[in-house]
Amino acid sequence: MIEVKNLVKKYGNHTAVDHLNFTIEEGHVYGFLGPNGAGKSTTMNIMTGYLGATEGEVLINGHDILKEPEEAKKQIGYLPELPPLYMEMTVREYLEFVAELKGIAKNKREESINEVEKMVKIWEVENRLIRNLSKGYRQRVGLAQAVLGFPEIIILDEPSVGLDPKQIIEIRELIRQLATKHTVILSSHILAEVREVCDYILIISKGKLVASDTPENLERNLGDSDLIEIETKASPDEVRRILETVDGIRSISTKHLENGITWAQVQEKKNTDIREKIFQAFAQNHQPLLKLNPLQVSLEDVFMELTQSDRAAEEYAEKAKKKETEDMKDAGDL
Amino acid sequence: MLAIYKREVRSYFQSMVGCVFVAFLIAFTGIYFMAYNLTAGYPYFSYTLSGTLIVFIVGIPLITMRSFSEERKNKTDQLLLTAPVSLWKVVLGKYLAMVTVIGIPNVIFCAFPLIIKAQGTAYLKVDYISIGVFFLLGCVYAAIGMFLSALTESQMIAFISTFGILLILYLWNGILSMLPSSAVSGLVGVLIILTLIVVYIYQMTGNIVIAGVIEAVGVIAGVVVYFVKSSLYENLLTKMLGRLALADVFTDITSNSIVDITGIALYLSLIVVFVFLTVQAIQKRRWN
Repeated sequence: MIEVKNLVKKYGNHTAVDHLNFTIEEGHVYGFLGPNGAGKSTTMNIMTGYLGATEGEVLINGHDILKEPEEAKKQIGYLPELPPLYMEMTVREYLEFVAELKGIAKNKREESINEVEKMVKIWEVENRLIRNLSKGYRQRVGLAQAVLGFPEIIILDEPSVGLDPKQIIEIRELIRQLATKHTVILSSHILAEVREVCDYILIISKGKLVASDTPENLERNLGDSDLIEIETKASPDEVRRILETVDGIRSISTKHLENGITWAQVQEKKNTDIREKIFQAFAQNHQPLLKLNPLQVSLEDVFMELTQSDRAAEEYAEKAKKKETEDMKDAGDL
Repeated sequence: MLAIYKREVRSYFQSMVGCVFVAFLIAFTGIYFMAYNLTAGYPYFSYTLSGTLIVFIVGIPLITMRSFSEERKNKTDQLLLTAPVSLWKVVLGKYLAMVTVIGIPNVIFCAFPLIIKAQGTAYLKVDYISIGVFFLLGCVYAAIGMFLSALTESQMIAFISTFGILLILYLWNGILSMLPSSAVSGLVGVLIILTLIVVYIYQMTGNIVIAGVIEAVGVIAGVVVYFVKSSLYENLLTKMLGRLALADVFTDITSNSIVDITGIALYLSLIVVFVFLTVQAIQKRRWN
């Protein structure tokens, strides 16, 4: 649906987007994730034809955004970071203008505008000047503008910035609703949002794509092993002795807490679940466990790791590749 | 294109800029009309119109200043440039809206010669041609203003630079009389102009080879012509740059009743050039 090939954007000496490659498939919600200044907005601006790229190309359903701009732009609805609103117009006038600009047939404009107004709930403010609307309503009018004409691809740049929690929830609902019929791409630096709404995440850092996967896979692929946290009243030495009898443990670290409780963190080998074994081992030694807690790597950790250090990003890419070949091998065995 | 045109025209009259421009121009012309034609009994409306020219120099920048700079500042250009409309149409839509605003007072002016006729003899042909050329001159000024507006994010800078350039063009004949007329100075002048054009080409393309080749060929050709036939360069600067006194075409009609067709062609080509340059300026910004 959208193919981004080897995209580079330079501002003087500064490289904002650095050889970006990815493909967007139909019918998913994609999330662009990255810290501020990572190149998300620049990438989106290039994809929608607002900016030209220094190198590389963007194909929208096979149409190059630079060579056949009109064909390509017809399939995209775009809400930039700052909604492009004309303050001196009323909401209705503005949407009529956008509908005409997008080349929606005259007899369908009215109907299309009404539908969109209902969808983003700006029906009751349609005769007010945009200048007098609150930030939340302005954002919705911007969204209405992007959705108008129901293009196949809807690109939203930080759609929930500056909104109150209730409005954020409403916008998310709306995105989910849109996702049933459209391909949605949104950018954000808020993890919770991306996690909740998107079914595919592209993490961008310093203009490079450092990871692209489903949220679940991202969490699973980072770190070879899972951590288990336990607490018991046995002494640290005792804990180590008991744990040594259990198979599948990579490393143990212990700490004696003030109230006579020993805290231990056990790193298990990949694809093993040793929680039951640990329980049994302690039970056999008559040492009751006060706590047995599997720690999972969260998306936050993935994000921090990938965007903070270049090395982690490279390692992740390698690991993802290895996993892919392993999966293929497994498939072959079957 | 039609959508942009309609929006722009409406916005001119909603934001009062259009109304102020039309009212100001008509009020000013009305005063001149009273003084020259009605009180003094001079039968040419074209003469009155030439007095109004100075209002254009203040009024046109007022109309053109916000055309692209405001869009860029408010980021509404993102809507226009990501819509399935070519940049040419965006620029033309805006330009035609300005032309419409400038056209309104000119249509009203068409009534003035008839008032004169009702009182006695009128020279309708000269009067209507001068109104037409006056309108065209306004369109040229608007194209220049639009181009300058596309270069900046600030309305104020767009206004002041347009006003400055129009004022210089207005006073051009005076400035021109200070230029030297010898052949050598003609050559130097031509080379300076050539270099300015080459610098602009380099700025736009970033290609040093093309710019260098044009500059080298131009310099060689210029110097060769100087040695072969230096008389060509005499008074060349005054002749060449004299064309920039744009209002001359108009004042020739109003004071001497001479219609210079090449002058009208010059107006039209300047409009095309500046609309083209506006498109290029916006394109260039997308690639930087």
